[in-house]
Amino acid sequence: MNEETHEIRLRVNGVPRAATVPARRLLSDCLRHDLGLTGTHVGCEHGVCGACTVLLDGRPVRSCLMFAVGADGHEVTTVEGLAAADGTPHPVQRAFRECHGLQCGFCTPGFLTVVAAFLEENPEPTEEQAREAIGGNLCRCTGYVNIVRAVLRAAELRRAAGRDPQAGDPAPRGPVRRQRP
Amino acid sequence: MSARMFGAPVQRTEDERLLTGRGAYLDDLGADAYAAVFVRSPHAHARVRDVDVTDALDVDGLIAVYTHEDLTGPMAEPLPLLLPHPCIVDGRTPHALAAGYVHHVGAPVAMVVARDRYLAEDAAERIAVDYEVLAPVVGIEAAVAAEHVVHAGMSDNVAAHLVQEVGDARAAIAAAPHRLELDLDIERSACTPMEGRGVYARWDEAGGSLRLYSSTQTASGVRAAVAAKLGLDVGRVEVVVPDVGGGFGVKIMHPWPEEVMVPWAARRLGHGVKWTEDRREHFIAAAHERGQRHTVRAGFDDEGRLLGLDVEILHDNGAYLPYGVIVPIVTSTQLLGPYKPGAYRVEFRSLYTTTVIVTPYRGAGRPQGVFAMERTMDAIADRLGRDRAEVREVNLIRPDEMPYDQGLLFQDGRPLVYDSGDYPRTLRMVKELIGWEGFAAERERARAEGRRIGIGLACYVEGTGPGPYEGGHVQVGTDGRVRVATGLTSQGQGHHTILAQIVADELGVAMSDVEVTTGDTRRMPYSVGTFASRGAVMSGSAVALAARKVREKALRVAADALEADPGDLEIAGGRVHVRGVPGAGMDLGTVAVLSNPLRYAFDEASRAATQFARPADHAAPPVPEGDAPGLEGTDFHSPLRSTFANGAHAVVVETDPETAEITILRYCVVHDCGRLVNPLIVEGQIHGGVAQGVAGALYERMAYDADGQLLNASFMDFLVPYASEIPPIRIAHLETPSPLNPLGVKGAGEAGVIPGAAVIASAIEDAEGFPVRSMPISPSDLFGLRRRFAAGEIPPLRRAERARGRRANETGEPDV
Amino acid sequence: MKPPPFHYHAPTTLADALTVLGETGPHGKILAGGQSLIPLLNMRLAAPAHLIDINRLAELDRVDVDDGGVRVGALARHARVEADRSAAEAIPLLRQGLRLVAHPVIRNRGTTVGSLVHADPSAEMPAVLALLGGSLDLVSASGRRTVAAADLYVGPLESCLRADELAVCARFPRPAPGTGTAFVEIARRRGDYAVCGVAALVTLDDDLRVAAARAAYLSMAPVPHVLDLIEAVAGRPPDTADFAAAGRLARGRLDPEDDIHATAEYRAHLAEVLTARALREAAEAAVGALGASRPDPERAT
Repeated sequence: MNEETHEIRLRVNGVPRAATVPARRLLSDCLRHDLGLTGTHVGCEHGVCGACTVLLDGRPVRSCLMFAVGADGHEVTTVEGLAAADGTPHPVQRAFRECHGLQCGFCTPGFLTVVAAFLEENPEPTEEQAREAIGGNLCRCTGYVNIVRAVLRAAELRRAAGRDPQAGDPAPRGPVRRQRP
Repeated sequence: MSARMFGAPVQRTEDERLLTGRGAYLDDLGADAYAAVFVRSPHAHARVRDVDVTDALDVDGLIAVYTHEDLTGPMAEPLPLLLPHPCIVDGRTPHALAAGYVHHVGAPVAMVVARDRYLAEDAAERIAVDYEVLAPVVGIEAAVAAEHVVHAGMSDNVAAHLVQEVGDARAAIAAAPHRLELDLDIERSACTPMEGRGVYARWDEAGGSLRLYSSTQTASGVRAAVAAKLGLDVGRVEVVVPDVGGGFGVKIMHPWPEEVMVPWAARRLGHGVKWTEDRREHFIAAAHERGQRHTVRAGFDDEGRLLGLDVEILHDNGAYLPYGVIVPIVTSTQLLGPYKPGAYRVEFRSLYTTTVIVTPYRGAGRPQGVFAMERTMDAIADRLGRDRAEVREVNLIRPDEMPYDQGLLFQDGRPLVYDSGDYPRTLRMVKELIGWEGFAAERERARAEGRRIGIGLACYVEGTGPGPYEGGHVQVGTDGRVRVATGLTSQGQGHHTILAQIVADELGVAMSDVEVTTGDTRRMPYSVGTFASRGAVMSGSAVALAARKVREKALRVAADALEADPGDLEIAGGRVHVRGVPGAGMDLGTVAVLSNPLRYAFDEASRAATQFARPADHAAPPVPEGDAPGLEGTDFHSPLRSTFANGAHAVVVETDPETAEITILRYCVVHDCGRLVNPLIVEGQIHGGVAQGVAGALYERMAYDADGQLLNASFMDFLVPYASEIPPIRIAHLETPSPLNPLGVKGAGEAGVIPGAAVIASAIEDAEGFPVRSMPISPSDLFGLRRRFAAGEIPPLRRAERARGRRANETGEPDV
Repeated sequence: MKPPPFHYHAPTTLADALTVLGETGPHGKILAGGQSLIPLLNMRLAAPAHLIDINRLAELDRVDVDDGGVRVGALARHARVEADRSAAEAIPLLRQGLRLVAHPVIRNRGTTVGSLVHADPSAEMPAVLALLGGSLDLVSASGRRTVAAADLYVGPLESCLRADELAVCARFPRPAPGTGTAFVEIARRRGDYAVCGVAALVTLDDDLRVAAARAAYLSMAPVPHVLDLIEAVAGRPPDTADFAAAGRLARGRLDPEDDIHATAEYRAHLAEVLTARALREAAEAAVGALGASRPDPERAT
């Protein structure tokens, strides 16, 4: 019994990528194992922990609760794509380091993607809003204290920069393509 | 010149990689490896009659299926009992794959290897196992009753039984002016690191050697155990620990069934094999902890001074005892905390049940012990109508009594002797931090608003940094960079950073010139592992000692080249120079070149060390006797015994009079782990520990049904808190240096979690006016207690009665 | 935890989708947001032979607001409905409920209609639909029908949808003028399924007296359970209405069950407490709505 596969094309961190996957391949597995982007981590595979969160067309989603075929024609941003092209860290990355917002680092990519998207919509969060923004991600190491600090610090860094260094044209929602073998 | 790194809140060296997705965790490795999955028992207790794999063979991509029948020699035997102890009556350990019987849901019965995990799961689903279901034994009561036994050949479920006694506690209690007895329960919980376990193995046929990657807390332990199982010389097994996504204790257990099966299969198949644990497996096939029942009898005087303490402990160790009796031993000994009862007797029974095994979870038995002792302190205070802090105060060991011998044998097999600490000051500080004295007024204000609040307090002492030893290797390269290796492994504690801080100071180099490797048996084969808050104490000390050796040699080699006295030299900024004359010196890289006499030059710099390059003393050999080539040093730290950190937590909670919701208003920590290497990191450790303490007190429990099915084997129902559930945390430090190691440090990794259940129970009890004797507690549980209290089934706290202006019932009977 | 294999269909028109659905029958399952379905697949608790992915049916990604109320298309994500200002103005209860659905990241992907047909008795949106007396438009290759919320739910995770039917649109009717709503719930962790949740609606008449009081319950019955509680508070002005009595009335009519998070007794107690809280809040909102609407009679009608 040979499983049918599908060819998908998507933009990952700004780069056009293609993969041939069975329909049931989770987006998380596709990113990690088919595209070699192992920065996205898998912590529960039932959508509770948030470690696998990536940005789909700029909005955070659980990559373990999506099939890779569903991302065909879309734009995906992973932790590997947060820094600027020249390697300048994203304010969120800087802030997490400054505030000791990570320990083992396993949940961190999910927090970074969520917070990066959150600050786009809410550049001046209160502490309460910062806490709420990360309220769907589990971390077992930090007790969240320094993560909340890091969210506020990232907002500060972003404001200090005067603009978001990541800002560019919003990802175009590309035409949906689907190809069958 | 260079600022001292030790003690500075230095940003972590680990972070840059981890923040950019360049971490390398177990499942990030071995892209071309086969995937292993395990067929696991759906029953808590059963005989395996037959395993039929026929249907699985149709799955495209299937490579192999193994059952116990395929295993021979040591692989077919039970896994080792890691920590033998004379008190173990009958120490049962699991087989790598079920040998006829399964003793808990999740026990591995067959191993499937396929091209990828999806296909392996397809095949596993098609394997039909015929079970004869046997009677489950779930919970301490069933284990004690022994109507059914977990293991054939045993007449009951007692795995181990130990009594330790100092003085005649029972006589002291009988003679005491006041007595009380308490039953205290803690339910099961688990570490649940965000990354589960995982193993990846590659067999090198040509070299006859194995490379094993494991998400473990002990590289050397895994190496020895796997070598023994596979019948290999340890020299042919390399264990490399990649980035590990949290451990909290569960990954100190080894070798797991999967940890021996994966390398065994890799060798047999001549192909890389990888197993990545999924979340459900982590709940039903890794390890749990905490489940314990305590009966405390105490005798005390009018001031609340403990004259005698007698504790009986029933410990649920799950289906097997591979990690021995460390958890109940730690409870029995660390229960004493900062106090000095007149006499103490402790007895535990460790019991088999048909549930997941129990191995240490951050705190490792201490949370239970502190819960028992601190609930007792509160009960004494309540009985006597005294302030809870005051009763603690009269029982504290004073600083001038250090070192203080508790007269027991600790978990490392060595005497329980506290080395240092200022317990009275710790208590004073936490009272101040939380606002203990002003709380009565705060409570009244809240009451006027119709709100119910309570305050709690708990103290602890934590044995940290036990031996036997840990090693450090420090090497200065000819490029001047310093490479440091230690054998223990890192799961997020920032070891790479703090070890670099220590070495940078010792050697006078910049931190950015120090690279640290942990958990790689190729770099440091001798090691024990990461547990019991021992990273900074053990490896910190070891690398400091090794660096001192390197420094000494660097000075000697440089002095020779500079024709100076070593005593006149110093190292700063990566350069050895004559003190006060920065110009007269050389880089450490050059010293490294000179430290290794060469015949052949391999680059420009190395010419300086060749045989015609410089004048030599022809009366002495190029490498002096007793010396070795190279600017490197190895040393080991092996302490006399554990060092004892301590602390106190205090908390204010609010309980909703209507909904019984429990909210933490503020949480304060006073913490003494000796000298702080990096306050940023220590505070991070405390935050995380407190979060797990709150989790264990209010959210997390393993819910087994009577059949031994775990009802909440997911993050949906096992309630690891989100940010919304964790309160702000205030921390104050005390630094009482330990005399037992060269850095004066004590462990900091576990402290935050230890008093969690005790302090929160204390505060809820205070808010509610009736005793809380079982944790964790949910709003539904609290509601149930309120009902029972209203029905007169639970007596009120005496202070609550007094507060209501009623007469206390002075019968002198135990207030249980 | 990897999903079992399935045949994947990704129709680009509604007609195609219905054809596939007709062909696969009971072996087919619709994939919209997937936030409930994919966990079940990953745990292999469900193994449909065919998955019909409707994410390419852009025509279903819509939220329409008119005098009748709010129509939510099958592809509208929770986050989109939540963010829709005119929908929230028309029916504040929509946003009140949506804010309690899991976490924002789940709401970015999960669809409101998907949640309605998933029929989880602990989910918020079925209670909202039930309380408002809304309905679901179902289409199949053989026709179209509208099912009222009251008839939709059969049991836990079970609705009356036929295997060949696709829910294309949910209709949330605008409540009567003078109505206020509230949604309160208690969950173990924020974002978890509620231990007990109450969506409440209070309508005031022109004299500012309670004319309607209803509540819908989650986690209290096998299906979203709506109780008419008017008898406890009928004709009273909101500030003297005995909402606690309404809570007691509700408690007497509910028969919840135990689970690992809460006893039945605690749930029943919460229902009583939360009913009173939710009704009180809804009544306040009704007063506010009337106050706000008086100068602008257009909006109140």
